Amino acid sequence: MKLNRRSFLQMSAMTGGGMALGFYELSWSSAQGLGKLPDLTPVSFIRIGSDGIVTIKAKSPEIGQGVKTMLPMMIAEELDVEWSTVRVEQADLDERLYGGQSAGGSTSTPNNWEPLRRVGAAGRHMLVTAAAGKWGVPAAECSTQAGRVLHVASGRTAAYGELAATAATLTPPTLDQVKLKDPKDYRIIGKSQPGVDTRAIVTGKPLFGIDVTLPGMLQAAIEKCPVYGGKVKSANIDQVKKLPGVRNVLVIDGTLALGPVTAPEPGMEPGIAIVADTWWHAQQARKSLKVDWDLGPGAVQSSEGFAKRAEELLKATPADKVRSYGDVDVALKSAAKVVEAVYAYPFLAHGTLEPQGTTASYKDGKLEMWTTSQAPGGGRALVSKALNIPEADIIVHLCRVGGGFGRRLMNDYMVEAAWLAKQVGAPVKLLWSREDDIAHDAYRPAGTHGLKAGLDAQGKLVAWQQHLITYGDGKRLAPGAGIGADEFPSGLAPNYALYTSAMPLMLRTGYLRAPGGNAYAFVGQSFIDELAAAAGRDPLEFQLEILSATPMPVQENRAKGPRDLNPERLKGVLELVAEKAGWANRKHTPGRGLGIAGYFCHQGYFAEVADVSVDKDNKVTMNKVWAVGDVGSQIVNPQAAESMAYGGVIEGLTQMAQEITLDAGRILQTNFHQHPLLRMRQAPPIEVFWRKTDYSPTGLGEPTLPPILPAVGNAIFAATGKRIRTLPLQRSGFSWA
Amino acid sequence: MPLELTVNNVVTTVDVSLDMPLLWVLRDILNLKGAKYGCGMGICGACTVLVGGRAVRSCMTHIGTVVGQPVTTIEGLSVDGAHPLQVAWEALDVPQCGYCQSGQILSAAALLAHTPHPTDAEIDTAMNGNLCRCGTYPRIRQAIHHAAAAGT
Repeated sequence: MKLNRRSFLQMSAMTGGGMALGFYELSWSSAQGLGKLPDLTPVSFIRIGSDGIVTIKAKSPEIGQGVKTMLPMMIAEELDVEWSTVRVEQADLDERLYGGQSAGGSTSTPNNWEPLRRVGAAGRHMLVTAAAGKWGVPAAECSTQAGRVLHVASGRTAAYGELAATAATLTPPTLDQVKLKDPKDYRIIGKSQPGVDTRAIVTGKPLFGIDVTLPGMLQAAIEKCPVYGGKVKSANIDQVKKLPGVRNVLVIDGTLALGPVTAPEPGMEPGIAIVADTWWHAQQARKSLKVDWDLGPGAVQSSEGFAKRAEELLKATPADKVRSYGDVDVALKSAAKVVEAVYAYPFLAHGTLEPQGTTASYKDGKLEMWTTSQAPGGGRALVSKALNIPEADIIVHLCRVGGGFGRRLMNDYMVEAAWLAKQVGAPVKLLWSREDDIAHDAYRPAGTHGLKAGLDAQGKLVAWQQHLITYGDGKRLAPGAGIGADEFPSGLAPNYALYTSAMPLMLRTGYLRAPGGNAYAFVGQSFIDELAAAAGRDPLEFQLEILSATPMPVQENRAKGPRDLNPERLKGVLELVAEKAGWANRKHTPGRGLGIAGYFCHQGYFAEVADVSVDKDNKVTMNKVWAVGDVGSQIVNPQAAESMAYGGVIEGLTQMAQEITLDAGRILQTNFHQHPLLRMRQAPPIEVFWRKTDYSPTGLGEPTLPPILPAVGNAIFAATGKRIRTLPLQRSGFSWA
Repeated sequence: MPLELTVNNVVTTVDVSLDMPLLWVLRDILNLKGAKYGCGMGICGACTVLVGGRAVRSCMTHIGTVVGQPVTTIEGLSVDGAHPLQVAWEALDVPQCGYCQSGQILSAAALLAHTPHPTDAEIDTAMNGNLCRCGTYPRIRQAIHHAAAAGT
């Protein structure tokens, strides 16, 4: 089936694309999902050779979440071929052909489930039509089986390979008209398939952005001010230019404009770029680079200053109301018991194991890029605007990505690489060092929450008041720093109020795996546990009661969609995880305990139980984790799905012991010894269970993560009677063993 | 200065300064991209290769110190992925993003060469210096046991 450009149908804009402002949705008015199906055509995705080998394009960036395997599985299933005949090819950036090509927000499964199955089915339809035409029989009398078309009545069959050339000349059916398989007939979806790159990874093939090599390529490192936004006053450029292997030293004035809110793409950071024969030569030259920086206004910032301001804002009247209903003040006054707490958590750096970078080549007005971006479409637009090159003159290749986690939704490194390539007149591979990566991250924002809740005489929740101290300027909050009006237990607590107050921040913030949830689940689910304890009730039972309340109607008076909490589904995963973990029979032994938590985010429901031991030095050992997930009716690739659960849990544990702090505007943590990852010996056995429900499948990149933090905090409380309200653990007097 | 190296059983001469890290000689001079850069400080283990059969952090190893010793990278661990660890890694679909995996496999190879049937505690110790950002630890452990069993 040859690529036939004339058969491409007009692409319609996909509401799920969600490029520039990322995937953390704050308001209920955000996209409900796809709506209208995009006009994709099978010839863009599928190529069938006369030898029967089926080449399927993988549309999205592969960041370790398994989409390079999973999305082609959807196509292959409905195309009705043997997975063993499939070869997967990474697609370049071309959203007219492939639809939205970003990886983030756990959207790959929900956004592609319908369209890509239909693309496969459309391909099958065309092959059947070709066979029927060849045989002079009605298409309705034909069927398919594992890469062959059959006409049972006459006993004729043909392999797809024989039909492909003819099929490619046919007009594709529109996607809403194709017939899909009954899930009970699935041969690929729902069966574990190994990652399409696994063999290449374990044999060391050059797959990643950092591995790109081009003839005549130079390599670059950029020295930036240790204070965000600081500018170059002077530097010993002439001296550095003479160092071994150095080809060019360039000052980047940058286009940053500092203010109280730093936009997701705030412009090029100032700095000095060293371009050399190898990256090591550039790094060596950096050691001799002496820069006189104008540190700029960011230099006044410190974690101590932020903490002090948070304290002030907590005592003051909240600045903005996110949501309120009922009468919290009245309910609290008449409550039998009132519980108050302050929760706090730090900035975090993403720490993708492959640092940021991109390779770019500029020649005769045309730019070609090899990138690890999670949002390459947005990246191309950003580069186009920054360098005044038409998008049509920019080719973007997608490399395998050594970890995304939301860092690569930002495209600053694409602009930097393109700028360098244009300046230098040779292909340039830009690589950030680990120190650069931590110092110039788009951090998960820190936050402080003031909570106050009331219980009636039966120990039932009657009022919930939450005040988030965050970063921003009035209602305009820093990226990733807002909180949704639907944050649990919004809509379920009888009286409810959620407020924010913001302070300015001259630092980049962004989206770290499960933005919002990675912090708010810890806060909310730990506080629920506190309330249960205050009420003398089992925390699971206390929470199930809240989830059984008649929910308030959706604010905008619209029908509920997959992004609205379905309390029954959250109850379902909580009850199942409790059963798996033996919650009802848990022992109360000093130094050992179980904690439970559940959370809904990114359209998925997860509940987790943590079993911890805590020694006399407050060192915490993870004994075991049980995780139950509900992401709808199908787990497309079970082995990979389980990996996502391992990943979210282990990352959550890692986040509990990390922090990014500032003094005099400088980030104090420089490398992994100061922003540590969990080690193998610290990772617990994790048992994962799927609670399948009759909903369209949703994603797993993120919902696995939020519950583990409060599950652990609650387990530590069960084990020791000590409540963790401040992260990282060390700031509450605990640490991982 | 010209240095004679033996990498994956191939003798080759490179002309680099003595203090160039083995990692960058492998990646940028010999075009062997399997060993990765993750931290440059020997903390993460993504750069792990074998020198004389021992797992070393190539980002912290000056090239001058490996002259005369056999270097094995992931590319040279086997012909076409046939090492029991590579077979186990595939069977259990260990990698998520895959960036740390060359280092993980080589550290595991050094362990199994020394300790063919390691306990969980021995695995923990041997693999302690190989960080994984994605959380593949449970599968790595399983794959090491799988490979150890296959080796019997």
